[in-house]
Amino acid sequence: MREYELVIGLEVHVELATKTKIFCGCSTAFGAKPNAHTCPVCTGMPGSLPVLNKQVLEYAIAVGLATNCDITRYSKFDRKNYFYPDNPQNYQISQLYLPICRNGYVEIPGEDGETKRVGIHEIHMEEDAGKLVHDEWEDASLVDYNRSGVPLIEIVSEPDMRSAKEVIAYLEKLRLLIQYLGASDCKLQEGSMRADVNLSVREKGAQTFGTRTEMKNLNSFRAIEHAIQGESERQIDLLAQGGKVVQETRRWDDDRMESYAMRSKEDAQDYRYFPDPDLPPLTVPQEMIDRIRAAQPEFREERRERYRREYGIPDYDIEILTDNRKLADLFEETTKLCGEPKKVSNWLMGETQRLLKEKGMDPEDLVFSPQHLAALIGLTESRQINSSVAKEVFEVMFAEDVDPERYVEEKGLKTVQDDGALAQAVEAAIAANPQSVADYKAGKVKALGFLTGQVMKATKGKADPAAINAMLREALQ
Amino acid sequence: MNILTLSATELSAAIRRGDVSVRQALDAVLQRIDEREQELHCYITILPREELYAEADRLQQAIDAGELSGPLAGVPAAIKDNLCTEGIRTTCASKILYNYVPTFSSTAALRLREAGVLVIGKTNMDEFAMGSTTETSAFGVTKNPRDPSRVPGGSSGGSAAAVAAGECFLALGSDTGGSIRQPASYCGVVGIKPTYGTVSRYGLVAYGSSLDQIGPLAHTVRDAATVLEAISAHDPKDATSIAREDTDFTQALTADVKGLRIGIPRDYFGEGLDPEVADAVRAAAKVLEAQGATVEEFDLSLVKYAIPTYYTIADAEASSNLERFDGVKYGYRAPEAEGLHQMYKRTRSEGFGPEVKRRIMLGSFVLSSGYYDAYYLKALRVKALIKKAFDEAFARYDLILGPVAPTTAPELGSSLSDPIKMYLGDIYTISVNLAGLPGISIPVGTDSKGLPIGMQLIADCFQEKKMIRAAYTYEQAAGMER
Repeated sequence: MREYELVIGLEVHVELATKTKIFCGCSTAFGAKPNAHTCPVCTGMPGSLPVLNKQVLEYAIAVGLATNCDITRYSKFDRKNYFYPDNPQNYQISQLYLPICRNGYVEIPGEDGETKRVGIHEIHMEEDAGKLVHDEWEDASLVDYNRSGVPLIEIVSEPDMRSAKEVIAYLEKLRLLIQYLGASDCKLQEGSMRADVNLSVREKGAQTFGTRTEMKNLNSFRAIEHAIQGESERQIDLLAQGGKVVQETRRWDDDRMESYAMRSKEDAQDYRYFPDPDLPPLTVPQEMIDRIRAAQPEFREERRERYRREYGIPDYDIEILTDNRKLADLFEETTKLCGEPKKVSNWLMGETQRLLKEKGMDPEDLVFSPQHLAALIGLTESRQINSSVAKEVFEVMFAEDVDPERYVEEKGLKTVQDDGALAQAVEAAIAANPQSVADYKAGKVKALGFLTGQVMKATKGKADPAAINAMLREALQ
Repeated sequence: MNILTLSATELSAAIRRGDVSVRQALDAVLQRIDEREQELHCYITILPREELYAEADRLQQAIDAGELSGPLAGVPAAIKDNLCTEGIRTTCASKILYNYVPTFSSTAALRLREAGVLVIGKTNMDEFAMGSTTETSAFGVTKNPRDPSRVPGGSSGGSAAAVAAGECFLALGSDTGGSIRQPASYCGVVGIKPTYGTVSRYGLVAYGSSLDQIGPLAHTVRDAATVLEAISAHDPKDATSIAREDTDFTQALTADVKGLRIGIPRDYFGEGLDPEVADAVRAAAKVLEAQGATVEEFDLSLVKYAIPTYYTIADAEASSNLERFDGVKYGYRAPEAEGLHQMYKRTRSEGFGPEVKRRIMLGSFVLSSGYYDAYYLKALRVKALIKKAFDEAFARYDLILGPVAPTTAPELGSSLSDPIKMYLGDIYTISVNLAGLPGISIPVGTDSKGLPIGMQLIADCFQEKKMIRAAYTYEQAAGMER
């Protein structure tokens, strides 16, 4: 039995976080009514002309610098010509001949545990297409151009990855870099980060590459892992049986766990790329590159180090907190306000993660502010609310970022601080439950819990359980 | 006063003085349209009369109130039908846009309107500006007002003919390879193609984007310079638009060419040039010489490469620019097609005329894989060499002088049968677009059949004023002014 090795390269599309589209002033906001965010430019009206959104160029350069690319000082946009109704001009404005970034790399943990470099062949800027919606009732297709002209960068790797694990590590690395830059939210599920996988297999030790296929439609890490496994097995089976891999584009169906051919190289389209005459070549001045480089944020590795130094929280916490810039920022800002790093981390690691998972959300979607989280921590630390009330309040904050102080006030959730009232409730509980009192005195410590519960009930859950516990012990001595 | 003998700027001055009303100017133009339009067919769309009179009254009020006081206020004007006009059908003389009504106006049309002109309608042209005779229009040919058995030239033939016939006082055209200058020459009017980037292309339905420029057609050099000044401005909606400060072109309307160095390319007077045209242009050069310019002949070189270079680049761009006309979003859609592919195929087969299809095929070919380097890239390199040849010429001369076209207006129906011959007719105008230069066409007399002959003056980039000054000087000295 021959041993095979996988050779994988990725084309990753990332939707940039600009407020407006790449070549017009229309909004990029998600979820509007069909064709609400359109104008003559992004619907391809005759006579309309594209004008580059500078922010797109800046984000692309920032990603290029973060991935150790050379920035192309004289860059151009090219037209990729193909007919399809989601593409209103029937050409896509992209970059083929002189992409904005080239020759970069990122470092990932390799299969052998050593740090491994994955080369970046190029990064280019381009526009997204619209969306076709098939109307079953009318038996007609409708086009929504809201996505048309949303800015994308395509990051093309070298064929440097050798396993699904390395692919995922590479994607995670890109996601973190780009999220930390603020250039995109990189949500796979919503399509703001999508990957096409180019895969071939070869006998271990071979110097040349095998014939590759390209797989599209991969919108989760799980789907990517499945697709790599499925496709590599298919290719190895083919070769082992003396067959040949055909260069083609395949579509992965994650429900059926198999891929099928979309089009082969023979019917590949001739896109007739040529420089777009409507967009003058881009000359990127050194000052611009310097300015963007100077504004690069602290990335994950640096933050990890700093958190270790400054906050003294466990490595496990640091790993999770820095896995997402939004989470890390929330941690730092909240800690700055309340001075309780471990308490802040506990909220972000515990309740936050639980609710994110429960609601199927991404940390990018978190709405509560550091001010409110700090206030909530303040309320618990000063024992104005107990921990179960705090969790209840947090859940409301998580959903709609309410001010916890006002919320606790309005709902009357403050801990009963009046010792007289509490002492009365303790006495009443002792008087009403002679059996439990007897049990406690007989050494059944559990009975104290029951009595505490009775007092909590009487105070509608607003008392501090520790205080009740102490008072009961004293009274029953 | 016969209103139709006035130039546009004279008419506006008369209107602003109160000697003529905007309604009277409109009446004169509409009467001429009633007399001649059926025969000439300068327009694809003429606005409804009630709308025109309402607009005339609105302009009159603004003029009377002193709100509108510019040199073109109140003047009836026409716009080529490849310039988008909000709410007014814009067809590019193609079946594929026969019913297209834009939702926005081109920047040039907006600026012309802001100058206070009265837009009469949209003029006929070669389909998508592809042609030199206005015979490729899907809406029928336009005839030359000077001799209706002849073509008006093209592609801005409707604009040139409408001005020459008195069916408007000035018009906008577009020039990709000579489409303003050549019809101006055939119809005996003035036409200017400015430096690339001077007039915004926003709202101009693109043919060859890197070559297209909008410009004026008018009776006099003064009129043309005034219109050009009105429509020139940097436009943030057009990334190829240039911010320049020197667009006060009317400042150049002085009759003085003393010391101006004029070069005449020998290459422009070779085989194929009608001797009557050659004589008229040389005589015009003598007039400028007599006014104090120095005139000498020189070799421009590379002239014979201009035509293949132009048709490679323009058609490559056109093949892509015209992809959006697919029946999906607007315009003509083939009825009862089955499925997307057939709908595309039939819409475009039925919607485009033969010349447009020829250029789409040529352009698609030169961009296709395996031919891109041999044709398209090579053409770009030749384009750069042509620009260099002009740079060298402009190191020695202020202006280049020559004919606009090898002949006067040909007879209707004699050109389309031989496209190569038609393409060769663009030889003197095309390299100006390839090099991004400004050029002007002015009438310098007629041939023995009474057909107008045009002279072309070419300036270096951004040197329109030299060109306008020389053209104005000639016009005054030769008594050609209206």
